Amino acid sequence: MTQNPYLWLIPVLPLAGAAINGAFGRRSSKKAITTIALAFCGAAFLLALKIALGFSSAAAPYYFDLAPWIRAGNFQADFSFYLDQLSLVMLLVVTGVGFLIHIYSVGYMLDDDGYYRFMSYLNLFMFFMLTLVLAKNYLLMFIGWEGVGLASYLLIGFWFTKDSAAAAGKKAFIVNRIGDFGFLIALFLIIQHFGSLDFTRVFAAVQPLQPELAGTGLLTSIGLLLMVGAAGKSAQIPLYVWLPDAMEGPTPVSALIHAATMVTAGVYMVARSHVIFTHAPGALTVVAVIGTLTALFAATIGIAQTDIKKVLAYSTVSQLGYMFMACGVAAFSAGIFHLMTHAFFKGLLFLAAGSVIHGVGGEQDMRKMGGLRHYMPWTFWTMTIATFAIAGIPPLAGFFSKDEILWMAYISPHGSWAFWSIGVVTAFITSFYMFRLWFMTFFGEYRGRPVIHDVTHQSADAQAMHAKGDQHGHGHGEPHESPWVMLGPLVILAVLSFVGGWVNIHHRFDVFLSPVFSTHAAFSQLKALTTQEVAQIEARDRLELAFTVISVAAGFLGLLLAWLLYHKRRDLPGKIAANLGDFYRAVANKYYVDELYAALFVKPLLEGSTAILWKGVDQGVIDASVNNAAFSARHVSENVRHMQSGNLRSYAGWVAAGGAVLIAYMVWMGVR
Amino acid sequence: MMIPLSCYLILSGILFTCGVLGFLIKRNIITIFMSIELMLNGVNLSFVAFAAQWHALSGQIFVFFVMVVAAAEAAVGLAIIIAVYRTRETLNVDQVNLLKL
Repeated sequence: MTQNPYLWLIPVLPLAGAAINGAFGRRSSKKAITTIALAFCGAAFLLALKIALGFSSAAAPYYFDLAPWIRAGNFQADFSFYLDQLSLVMLLVVTGVGFLIHIYSVGYMLDDDGYYRFMSYLNLFMFFMLTLVLAKNYLLMFIGWEGVGLASYLLIGFWFTKDSAAAAGKKAFIVNRIGDFGFLIALFLIIQHFGSLDFTRVFAAVQPLQPELAGTGLLTSIGLLLMVGAAGKSAQIPLYVWLPDAMEGPTPVSALIHAATMVTAGVYMVARSHVIFTHAPGALTVVAVIGTLTALFAATIGIAQTDIKKVLAYSTVSQLGYMFMACGVAAFSAGIFHLMTHAFFKGLLFLAAGSVIHGVGGEQDMRKMGGLRHYMPWTFWTMTIATFAIAGIPPLAGFFSKDEILWMAYISPHGSWAFWSIGVVTAFITSFYMFRLWFMTFFGEYRGRPVIHDVTHQSADAQAMHAKGDQHGHGHGEPHESPWVMLGPLVILAVLSFVGGWVNIHHRFDVFLSPVFSTHAAFSQLKALTTQEVAQIEARDRLELAFTVISVAAGFLGLLLAWLLYHKRRDLPGKIAANLGDFYRAVANKYYVDELYAALFVKPLLEGSTAILWKGVDQGVIDASVNNAAFSARHVSENVRHMQSGNLRSYAGWVAAGGAVLIAYMVWMGVR
Repeated sequence: MMIPLSCYLILSGILFTCGVLGFLIKRNIITIFMSIELMLNGVNLSFVAFAAQWHALSGQIFVFFVMVVAAAEAAVGLAIIIAVYRTRETLNVDQVNLLKL
């Protein structure tokens, strides 16, 4: 490992930006706030880029010990940073996409009263996310992990005067606590058994252990608990419920935190802990099953949503499921590859959706959009690229990553045809609901009311939209294109969504990551092959080609069906929904999962707390004892205060009487 | 002829008790002040009686100290009494009650 003294600057730069804007932003001009926020975030990006350029050829990871933190006996956890190929990919995604979204936010949020607050929070988020990615030990990673949760909470509830936004922020925070609980216990187990939280030391200790094939044991428990944490942060079953609600936040937040970066932290953490997981096949299977089920489950909910951001939210949950599916079959590099392409196209989808919402005056209901391709061509074309990318149409980014995941889900030693088939079905559904969104938003006639920027907007982004409308003076009643400061990031992300998948042609991305995931040494097989092996490989290649054709066909089938239902025969969806009856209602209501959780956990907890903790312990014991102490003191004082009459001679009488009693006592006892 | 110690002590006790009773009963500040002097002198008497009995000087020295303090106290006290009389035009302690609730 080589030391790199600039490593710590990458996370600290955005922190400085956050601190400056947070402390002085209220009084400084918007131009100054913009400059500071973009400069510090951009500097982090440039620094990351510089380090990346120097890194590509070197295989040895960089590290830097900034300062000692906890030293207790043999245990040691320092502020140290670590950069290997895996963190480098994350670093570039986070700083790159993050910087683009910062630029976009300038256009989107400039007229909001809390602009300085927003930019400060965004920078703060970058700091914590980069800490998470660059940490050298689990504890520092946990700091970042909690920090991004905090930033997410602050930004979901950014418009905190709205009840639903405040509630969504709380929900996200509390659901994440459940996951963090699992993560923490996993860390305690690691400390107890390996005496360290340092990645290199823990993994070196795990490496020589036997894989726990029986499906139980220490490593399996650690793996499962880590997965609980990952499920919370990355919105997997059963803890995914917070992510759709998180769409209450401003759209750039949805793009940055709840699509491109933070929610992928769980995937990163699982990939980072791959040594533990590959030694615990049982935990690995659980990861794969959870990922696969989440992918399918969330995708089906996505079909019936009408809010454009909710569709994307469920799509994010579903795509995260794919990443966990990949990690679960030990194809970590495929998961990270999908993480990267997903950051491009899902970030783009959200930003484009924000542009659409902006264009139609704060409306989020897709039923009230339509025909927008004539009004906002740039948004339309960038969104088209993103939609084709997520649907897995070649040669766009999503095709490469999703195809690799599906192939690995089948061919990997941990894989199974079940993962693959559910994955293909999910790919079809994904393509269907994404093209449904695409057709409903951009094709047909404009179904919304004229765009008037009045105060009656009901959507989450209405406030920003309203202010923006005043500034640009859009009173012409038609949807309009967004300004270039917003379109620029869209175009860059569109290019990335188009070409981003090409990095893995000939498995170059897998080979790049192979020093990290040493399990994939198989990619660099240079030895001479026997004819039998050649035949095997050829058969494998034919199978892979067939699988690719099937998954692409699933993508096109989704496109076709969406075209039929939402463009050609617009009357059909309603009829189908009516025929399905209860099932459709269940899907549209997200399978009543929120209601189920409310009845199973929230309500008993709330009522138990009210009856026992509030009325019983707090009011009955704590309040009562304090009040009783006060009341008795008052009672006693009320009796004693009569002595203090203010009459001097009565005081003198008391003194004389006291003296007399003392003397009598001494005489009586014979004290001399 | 030696007067026994107990006589002095009884006289001292009577003086002291007179002082206490005067202090408690009287309303005029000057009378109360004189009662305090009476108590001090009662104590002084017991000091000198013991000093004479045991041939120890320390008792007499105590008495000097008490007299010094009493003289100082009398000077300050009388000044206060004059000041009180000038502002309140009364020396009745029951009417000098501004600090009372």
